[in-house]
Amino acid sequence: MERTYNNKAWFLVLPVLVLVAFSAIIPLMTVVNYSVQDTFGNNQFFWAGLDWFQDVLESNRFWNALGRNLIFSAIILAIEIPLGIYIALNMPKKGWGVPVCLVLMALPLLIPWNVVGTIWQVFGRVDIGLLGRTLAAAGIDYNYVQDPVDAWLTIIVMDVWHWTSLVVLLCYAGLVSIPDAYYQAARIDGASRWSVFRFIQLPKMGRVLLIAVLLRFMDSFMIYTEPFVVTGGGPGNETTFLSIDLVKMAIGQFDVGPAAAMSLVYFLIVLSLSWVFYTVMTNQGQEKGK
Amino acid sequence: MTDRELSASGLPDAAAASPARVGTINSRRPLRLGWLVPTIYILFLLLPIYWLVNMSFKTNQEITSTFTLWPTDFTLRNYAVIFTDPSWYSGYINSIIYVALNTVISLAVALPAAYAFSRYRFVGDKHLFFWLLTNRMAPPAVFALPFFQLYSAFGLIDTHIAVALAHCLFNVPLAVWILEGFMSGVPKEIDETAYIDGYSFPRFFVKIFMPLIASGIGVAAFFCFMFSWVELLLARTLTTTAAKPISAIMTRTVSASGMDWGVLAAAGVLTIIPGALVIYFVRNYIAKGFALGRV
Amino acid sequence: MDFSWMAWTWPTATFFGVILALLCGMAVWEYRVPGGSPRVGILRFETTRGDRLFISLLGSAFINLAWLGLVGPELWWSLALSVVYAVCVFRFV
Repeated sequence: MERTYNNKAWFLVLPVLVLVAFSAIIPLMTVVNYSVQDTFGNNQFFWAGLDWFQDVLESNRFWNALGRNLIFSAIILAIEIPLGIYIALNMPKKGWGVPVCLVLMALPLLIPWNVVGTIWQVFGRVDIGLLGRTLAAAGIDYNYVQDPVDAWLTIIVMDVWHWTSLVVLLCYAGLVSIPDAYYQAARIDGASRWSVFRFIQLPKMGRVLLIAVLLRFMDSFMIYTEPFVVTGGGPGNETTFLSIDLVKMAIGQFDVGPAAAMSLVYFLIVLSLSWVFYTVMTNQGQEKGK
Repeated sequence: MTDRELSASGLPDAAAASPARVGTINSRRPLRLGWLVPTIYILFLLLPIYWLVNMSFKTNQEITSTFTLWPTDFTLRNYAVIFTDPSWYSGYINSIIYVALNTVISLAVALPAAYAFSRYRFVGDKHLFFWLLTNRMAPPAVFALPFFQLYSAFGLIDTHIAVALAHCLFNVPLAVWILEGFMSGVPKEIDETAYIDGYSFPRFFVKIFMPLIASGIGVAAFFCFMFSWVELLLARTLTTTAAKPISAIMTRTVSASGMDWGVLAAAGVLTIIPGALVIYFVRNYIAKGFALGRV
Repeated sequence: MDFSWMAWTWPTATFFGVILALLCGMAVWEYRVPGGSPRVGILRFETTRGDRLFISLLGSAFINLAWLGLVGPELWWSLALSVVYAVCVFRFV
């Protein structure tokens, strides 16, 4: 749509601006201020310069947590996006199956995150959980509390369980909006299943896929509650992601300065990666549109 | 296999024109097993939830000592504990209050902004949009501490409005994003005709425009509800007793006498119910809304 | 209203002041010459002035962080490097 150039539109955006500025800019400024100072509470601050940043950059703890986060996000995207597309392609398009599928699939999305953690913590327990008991009965040595691989597998399966539905719902929305005429044309041309997907369905899903990839990337990169409830970051530090470490530092130990420096570095990384995703994907969409 | 169903309704003439070709395509996909994929997926989704529901009807003794696929000693004690103790059920009321507040605030500010983004170009519009999205990207963990300080300074700690405002940080950008998509689907001629007919902007917006994007508002409200309902970190940081959300109260089940698994499971089941109700009521909205908007 | 918890310092205040000034400058520039002079630079996609400023700022942040991590806490050199980088971004991207 051709949009008219009118700077008065700023007035319409003003409420959002004031609200988000209140809850984003003031806290962000505070974090920046904290990151260069040290405190022992009581609102007394001492200039620390760039020490905290240097500490963060030199600490293995930070780099390890960052590495774990990146691997986790990569695995999550690699599983959830293709799986979500595949399920969306196989969803019924009409009839009684549609509302049933939508309601049941959306269910995990509306469960509070710590309850998701609780569900999987219980489900996976060897003593009282269905999954843990079944695996133990099958002779598989599974224990997410002690074994890092099992802990990782549990968290990944939990995230797939929790969030694939979002990808499914978004892709389904994109698929439903494709007019029947496209499919008819493809069928007359004798297009294969793959080329229907590649040249009709995938391009039409471009925008929703952008949303899905962005949302999944951002949320998996700042995952906190679910692994915290399930593993508490353990065994050892094997599932300590950046957020978990950050909260431990800021609220648990009240190391405000280092926590602030770390959150700024963390935020910068999220910001740039999201920007790259956003730019690449919007530009691809434009080229296809031309 | 879904396009097979489309072919049943939309392809009679094409099939009549070249029956042989349609035949070859069909013969390439002999089995109609497409329905299996969503079915298996839904089973996978429901299994852990079933286990939680199952546990909520068991006694603690049964949970810890035996392994049963359904409650043999069916009990409602766990639910009775929650419904008779105000410190338990007030958690649900608190959660519902701040979620509702947040949804209303988010939509109220996001509607005009989304209209501006969908209808006008203005200085810095693209960057403002991206900046809004960056707030969705900011890890809540980063903000937990300064939020606590900020809301303390305004005397808002332990109030519902504090949590509602904090959740606006990630709900407002999302609502703007969704609504902008729906609004762009409404032709601009409608606005122009209304202005010619003498409608003022607020009247046009409420009387004509909002009904047109009703399903979009429904979808946006659904997402605001969802993200506010499921968030815990900020909600827990900003409340102490009076506005504590249910999900934070759940951590109480760890007591000196060990874990009260039954009550924990019952509380978990009860947190799923409001969400399930909301999805059930908006299910048609969502299917329709998804189809209309370019979400 | 007590704002001492925000713990302002002169360096951070200057930092935000500079950012604010940059944004105001960009707004004035955009007001004088509307359109943002979009072009396709070496990154092979269309960028406007605002995008170039964003790339400059983000890149500068990483240049300074890298300097801090690899060389040391004397950031004046990396700051100069950032300015050079920003000029390049505005010239070529």
